Amino acid sequence: MLKTFIIGFKDLKLAFRDRAALILMLAAPFLVTVGMGLVTGRFSGTDQSGALNIPVVVVNLDNDAIGNALVEVFNSSELADLLEPTASSDAEAARRQVDEDQIVAAIIIPAGFTQSVIPTNGVASSPIQIEFYANPSRPTSAGIIKTILDGFLARIDEMQIGGLTSITQLIASGKISPQEANQAGAEMGKRFEAGGTTYAETAAIKINSSTTATETNDFDPLAFFAPSMALMFLMYTVSYGGRSILAEETQGTLPRLLATPTTSVQILGGKIFGIFLTGLAQMLILIGASSLFFQLKWGDALGVVLLVCAAVFGATGWGLLITALARTPAQVGSVGTAVMLIFAVLGGSFFQLSNMPPIMQAFSKITPNAWALDGFSTLALGGKLAAIAPPITALLTMGLILFLISAALFGKKNLAQK
Amino acid sequence: MANILEVQNLVKNYGAFQAVKGVSFNIQEGEIFSLLGPNGAGKTTTISMLSTLYQPTSGDAQIAGHSIVKEPMQVKRAIGVVPQELALYEDLSAKENLVFWGQMYGLSGKALSARVDEVLEQIGLTDKARDKVKTYSGGMKRRVNIGVGLLHKPRLLFMDEPTVGIDPQSRRAILDTVKDLNQHGMTVLYTTHYMEEAEELSNRVGIIDHGELIAIGTQKELTKQVGENETLLLHIGEQEEPAALATALKGLPNVLDINVVNAEISVVTSSAKDILASVVGAANARGIKIHSIDIREPNLEAVFLHLTGRALRD
Repeated sequence: MLKTFIIGFKDLKLAFRDRAALILMLAAPFLVTVGMGLVTGRFSGTDQSGALNIPVVVVNLDNDAIGNALVEVFNSSELADLLEPTASSDAEAARRQVDEDQIVAAIIIPAGFTQSVIPTNGVASSPIQIEFYANPSRPTSAGIIKTILDGFLARIDEMQIGGLTSITQLIASGKISPQEANQAGAEMGKRFEAGGTTYAETAAIKINSSTTATETNDFDPLAFFAPSMALMFLMYTVSYGGRSILAEETQGTLPRLLATPTTSVQILGGKIFGIFLTGLAQMLILIGASSLFFQLKWGDALGVVLLVCAAVFGATGWGLLITALARTPAQVGSVGTAVMLIFAVLGGSFFQLSNMPPIMQAFSKITPNAWALDGFSTLALGGKLAAIAPPITALLTMGLILFLISAALFGKKNLAQK
Repeated sequence: MANILEVQNLVKNYGAFQAVKGVSFNIQEGEIFSLLGPNGAGKTTTISMLSTLYQPTSGDAQIAGHSIVKEPMQVKRAIGVVPQELALYEDLSAKENLVFWGQMYGLSGKALSARVDEVLEQIGLTDKARDKVKTYSGGMKRRVNIGVGLLHKPRLLFMDEPTVGIDPQSRRAILDTVKDLNQHGMTVLYTTHYMEEAEELSNRVGIIDHGELIAIGTQKELTKQVGENETLLLHIGEQEEPAALATALKGLPNVLDINVVNAEISVVTSSAKDILASVVGAANARGIKIHSIDIREPNLEAVFLHLTGRALRD
C-alpha cells in the first residue's frame, strides 16, 4: 500500500513539473473561464456581489392587461439586480440592438396579445405569440430571461385553462347555456381585473420572482463555466496520466519497477492513484482560484469536495480505459484529446444540456462532465449533500465499471511479464 | 566459493523463434562474470529472465537459493538491475530518483537517506544531486542509472551493456566503478559486446551467440581453444573478390585456417609476421587492393571468430 502511495505521489510531482501539462491542466481552464466570464459580461458590472444587470428590451405593442403585467414583472424591484430592462415601442429597433450585441434579448409583445388570451365582449381572436428574440452569443443570460418569461406565460396558461374549465363546468351544470359562454368568460376576466389582482402579483409570478431573486444572489455564469472548463480539462489530465503508464513502459522505468520487489498490482494501483491525485489537485486548485479571484460561490464545501472526488474517480476510469485500449503513449494523447472535446460537447460544457436534442441528452449520461456539472449546478444554487447523491452515485458507478473493464484489458496486455 | 547463480537449461521462445536455447551456467559469489556476444545474441533476454521480467519458456535458475520462476519476489530482493537503456525519471533530480527507487526496494527513513548519500558519493554526483536528471550529460545519467541498481546493496548485480553509446571518459569511469564494486564484495553479471570490457573486467566469460552459450571459462581457458595462434585480418574493397584471394592464401605455409565474411578475410596462422609479405604479394598478384591489415594476438575476439567464423562486431 505504501509503495502505491509513493508511486502516486511521484506521478503527481512529475505532472506538476511538466510545463506543457500545467498549461493545459491549470492555465487553460482558468483562462477559458475568464474568457467566458468576459463574454457573458460577468466582469463588466461594478457590483461585485453577484448582480448581473442583463440588458433586455421589452416592446409592449399590446398595451393591454397582460402586456402591461409582463412589463411590470421585468421592472419589478425583485429583478432589479438581475435585469436592466428598457421599454420600447419599436420591435425592429429592438431586434437590431440584439443583432448588434447591445442587449441580450428583446421581448416583443404583439398587439392584441391580451385579447388572444382573454376574449372580451365575446370576441376571441386567433392565438398570438410573444416573440423572444435572443442573442445566441450570450446563452446563459438569454436563458435567465427566457426562464422568467416562461414562468409568466405558464401562469397565463394556467389562468386560461382555469377559465375554460370553469365555463365548461357552468355549461355542464346547466347554469349557463353554450351561447352564453363567451359572455361569461368576458365577465370572469373583468371580475378578475376588478378584484385588484394584477398579473404581476399572481402566485406563480411571485414564485418566479423569488426564484430569480435566489439566482441574483447565487446564480453566476461562472458557476457554470468554471466547473465546465475544469471538467473538460480534467479529461485531459486523466489521459495525460494514462499516457504515463505506457510512457513508463517505453522509457524503461516500468520494467525497472517490475524488477524491484514491487508487485504489478502495487505499480498499476500507484499509477491509478497518481492519475486520481493529479486530477484532484487540478480540480481543487481551479476551484480555489475561482473562489479567490472571482468570488465564485461553489456551494456546500463538503458537497463540493465529495463531488470533485467522484468526478475525478469517474474521469480516471475513462483515462484508464483509453490507456488500456491504446498501444502507444501518442495514441493515448490523440484519443484522449478527442474524448476530451467530445465529452465537453456531450456533457454540456459548451452548451446547456437542456437545449440539446433528447438523444444527445441521453448520450451525455456516459460522460463524467454531465453528471458532475449537474452536481456543481445544484450546489451553486444552494443544494446540499443529499441533492447531489444521484450524480455522485452515477460517477462512482461509472468509475468502478470502467476500472473493472480496464483491469481486464490490462490483464490481457500483461504489462507485468512477457 | 558458493554459487550465487545457477542457471539450468534456460529457454525463451517467441513463437517459432528461439531467442535463448537452453543456456546453463553458474556464477560464484564475488566474481565478475561477463556474457559476451554480438547484438541479438540473447544477452538481454537472458538477463531479463534472470531478473524475473520475462517468464522462461522452460528451465529455471536459482539466485541466492531462490527460483526465478517460483520465488520471484525473493529473487528481486537479492538482485540489482542496471538496464541497457536509461530508466530514470528525467524531471526528477538524481537524489529524488535515488530516494524513489530506494523506496521501491523497501528502504525508508534514515537508512534510505544515508544510503542515497553514499551512492551519490560513489557515483560522484553529490554536488549535482539536486539538479534534474534531464540537465545531465549522457555519462552522468549512466552513473545515476547504475546508482539506482546499487541502492539496496544487492548480492548480485546485473549490468546490461552499461557503456553503450557513451564517451570514452564515462566508459572508463563505469568500468572502474564495476571493479570497485567487485572489490567491495559485489557479484556482477555483466553483458557486453565489447571484447575489451569482458577481458578487463571478468573473472570468467560466457560467449553467447544465436541464443546459445558456446563457450565458458576464464579468459586463459577460452584463448587456449585457439592455441597460441595469431589472426591476420585483411580488409579488402567491397568490389573485390575475396574468395579467389582466400583460396590462394590457403596454400601458404603456416596458414591454419581461413574465414571470409563480406570484405574481411581472417587468416589464422602460427606466425603472422612470417606470412605477411606472402599475403600482400598474393593480393597484388590478383590485383586485389588491401585497405588494412590487423594482427590479432589470441584473445576473446579470436575465440569468437574461431567458434563462430564471424567477428564479434558483425
